[in-house]
Amino acid sequence: MSTHDISLRDVHVTVNGRERAATVEPRKTLADFLREDLGLTGTHLACEHGVCGACTVIIDDRAVRSCLQFAVQVDGSSITTVEGLAPDGELNPVQRAFMIEHGLQCGFCTPGFVVSATALLAANPDPTDREIREGLSGNICRCTGYQAIVRAVRRAADETAAAR
Amino acid sequence: MSTLNSPNMSAASPAARYIGQSVTRKEDQRLLTGHGQYVDDVSQVGMLHAAFLRSDIARGTITRLDIAAALALPGVYAVYTWADFDGVFGEAWHGMLGEMLQVPPPLAITDVRHVGDPIALVVASSRYVAEDACDLIEVDIDAAQAVVEFSTAHLDTDHLVHGAWGFPSNAMVEQPFTSMSPDLDQTFADALHVVECSVRQNRYVCVPMEGRGVVATYSQGRDELDLVCSCQSVHETRNFFSRYLQIPEANVRVTARDVGGGFGQKMFVFREECAVVLASKLLGRPVKWIEDRRENLIAAPHSRNEQGVVRLAIDDDQIIQAITIDHIADVGAYPACPAVINPQLLPGPYKIPRLGFAMAMVWTNTMGKGAYRGPWMFETTAREMAIDHAARTLHLDPIELRRRNLLSAADLPFTSPGLQEFSEITPLETLEQAIAMLDYPAFRAEQAAARAEGRWLGLGCCVYVEPTSMSGPTLATEGATIRVESSGKVVAHLGTTSHGQSVETTMAQIVADTVGVAYDDVTIVQADTQSTPYGPGTGGSRTAVVAGGAARRAGEVVRDKIIQIAAHQMEAEAADLEVVNGAVSVKGTPARSMTVKEVAALAYRFAEQLPAGMEAGLEATVRFKPTRFPTWSNATHLCVVEIDPDTCVPHVLRYIVSEDCGRMINPAVVEGQIFGGVVQGLGGVLLEDFVYDANGNPLTTTFMDYLLPTTTEVPVIEIGHIETESTTNPGGYKGMGEGGAIGAHAAVANAVGDALAHLGIHATSTPLGPNDIHALLVAAGHG
Repeated sequence: MSTHDISLRDVHVTVNGRERAATVEPRKTLADFLREDLGLTGTHLACEHGVCGACTVIIDDRAVRSCLQFAVQVDGSSITTVEGLAPDGELNPVQRAFMIEHGLQCGFCTPGFVVSATALLAANPDPTDREIREGLSGNICRCTGYQAIVRAVRRAADETAAAR
Repeated sequence: MSTLNSPNMSAASPAARYIGQSVTRKEDQRLLTGHGQYVDDVSQVGMLHAAFLRSDIARGTITRLDIAAALALPGVYAVYTWADFDGVFGEAWHGMLGEMLQVPPPLAITDVRHVGDPIALVVASSRYVAEDACDLIEVDIDAAQAVVEFSTAHLDTDHLVHGAWGFPSNAMVEQPFTSMSPDLDQTFADALHVVECSVRQNRYVCVPMEGRGVVATYSQGRDELDLVCSCQSVHETRNFFSRYLQIPEANVRVTARDVGGGFGQKMFVFREECAVVLASKLLGRPVKWIEDRRENLIAAPHSRNEQGVVRLAIDDDQIIQAITIDHIADVGAYPACPAVINPQLLPGPYKIPRLGFAMAMVWTNTMGKGAYRGPWMFETTAREMAIDHAARTLHLDPIELRRRNLLSAADLPFTSPGLQEFSEITPLETLEQAIAMLDYPAFRAEQAAARAEGRWLGLGCCVYVEPTSMSGPTLATEGATIRVESSGKVVAHLGTTSHGQSVETTMAQIVADTVGVAYDDVTIVQADTQSTPYGPGTGGSRTAVVAGGAARRAGEVVRDKIIQIAAHQMEAEAADLEVVNGAVSVKGTPARSMTVKEVAALAYRFAEQLPAGMEAGLEATVRFKPTRFPTWSNATHLCVVEIDPDTCVPHVLRYIVSEDCGRMINPAVVEGQIFGGVVQGLGGVLLEDFVYDANGNPLTTTFMDYLLPTTTEVPVIEIGHIETESTTNPGGYKGMGEGGAIGAHAAVANAVGDALAHLGIHATSTPLGPNDIHALLVAAGHG
């Protein structure tokens, strides 16, 4: 078995509004590409088999698990990571609501939740509580029991609606 | 719902501007924006990456180990086996556990004792290459029959987990039956009712979202180790590696800036960390190891998996006169910490006057046990499931049975037959608050109506006391250094290692109120052995009481010095001054004031103007020890489930907690701890079950098999508070980090049991997921 005879590929993507390029092995996951090649360590890996949602990023307006994609698959795409939600340190409505409601504790799953919730509210700005719970059921948190997370997304939806 | 019992508020207490408020967390800005710094976010110049080859055989002898092909792979720097580490390290024991419990050898020596046992360590240019190289290692293992079922393991002398080390039995500890009461036997002989109940609690595990991990950098010229790790105690990790590498403590720096959960699993030091440290030392390069999820599930410490036969002697007034347990716990092959039941706690918050117990801890060829949120919690699970079983057996109301036997504030102080001294707790009061929140009579009416319609509703109850802030080796004290900087900003250096407990927030609330400055002007520094005072670790529900006590006492010294300096400068009486929101002023005359910043300028820059004889600077270091151990907190949990008769799926409809953790520093943090703990206990009954087959093969090695609760399985959790201040510490706090997880398991299991009771089913073992419920139905003839 030859495991090291691997040709490298160039990947060009737009990440958080900036054009980025790197040369990677075809087997490198998008998550590892973001973390190791682009230095965006806000995207976390907690299962690496597509269940926990910690590595969720937005690719061309869809929430995607970056552990289940190879970097070469997203060549030419536009990607938003958690770092891109508050580019100047100004929290987006979901992040702000998480802070107010104590929607996080250890914070490790938080980037995935914040990205998923941001994508959820972009697709459905006025969700029911049931839709919020179903929309976040692909993200696992081990600290909060989800109580304050659900409250935070409710708050973000309500405050965004009130501001419209 | 909230009440406050405040027997000990002294006039000298600082103004509580922040304590008691759900202020937003200091941790959140960085964590919400992806700027936390967890161990995998750390890189060092020249860093290499490690991966372990682990055994896929539960018990067997290594007959061949060939690393040549792995070593030849481009990008591989080293492949270590036991022979490389033999004789390279020193002592391998943890301060909290003592010299008797050794961390196992970093790699298997001659034989493997559980699936996941590390056999070799590859160090390579990337994790990808390191894992490729693991695949190229050739290993042959002569497999033997594994010891898996723990309840009979101590009787099996043919298959010995540690036979290679000469242990003649699988019993690590066996304590014969011990009576704590001279008339115990007579009490059972005379009792109107004796109810026996066999309770078994399944194996479920911590599963922090961030697995374990370490970046080890050994500097050969300096004999220094720099360790970034995902742990709950940087200081005990430092002390461990000082002994392990036989270098002074000062030569080891351990940091853990952000830690992605621990729940007890990361309290101690692991053989993998030892192996990576040795690799860095031998190679002279920084080495990173990040545990993947499969490793975390099969090879990070396991938990629970205990059983006990509980006996209750009950008289004709429904008074429980005695309780005993015959207990046995699985500690796996290499327990990181043999955290099992504390039988002295078995009577819990009840007035039960007599106690007896036998206990055993047995080795099996499974992953070793570690701490998990309420490590002794089986005493609660066993007692509370046995009480529900007794109520069902004797046709008593389980709430009334508890009500007649629970301690209330009026019964205190009370010394239990397990020699626990209780005061400042409210077991009966939390029960009454919880059932009022539920509307108990209305629930029973609804349950009866539902049963008439063929719907299966059940209510589970669990009442417990939680020993928090215990003494034990290392745990009695915490240190704090608080300094007002020359800018007037305040920094507190603490011995804590937060892994999600909002320590920066709650400790800053205490410091801000005590010193008299704004919350935003306080910075907490922790989890860096080079700058913080020793602390044994964040765990055991001890931060609020012990670290909070240290922060308070150090803050008081600093505040008093601020007042002394200001009094001298302002020509006022110190007794007339107060420090509020960063300003020192004459009480009632706020116009006469100076700022803390101005005081700090005197302390550092114009020290000649300080009172005669006063030392310059503005800081204090205190080590705090509570006045008594432990600090007790308590709670009642109620759970309502409905089981779908067609699918056997249990749905949690309501969950109620009434708890007493003393004065709350930050109610949102308190409630967050309860929410998270409850969902872990709930998961362990309804979803989570770590399973081995009869050969010791783990069957639940992904999140597709080991099921964690998600938003759709978790109900809204309702919480009531009773705040009875503790006098063990100046803030009146009690620990509460573990209680949610302690109470929830029995409450949820009892709810499922109640939902099935009318079918003639006695559910006294967990898990109780759909498959288990279906099996109970079939066994009872309802299949």
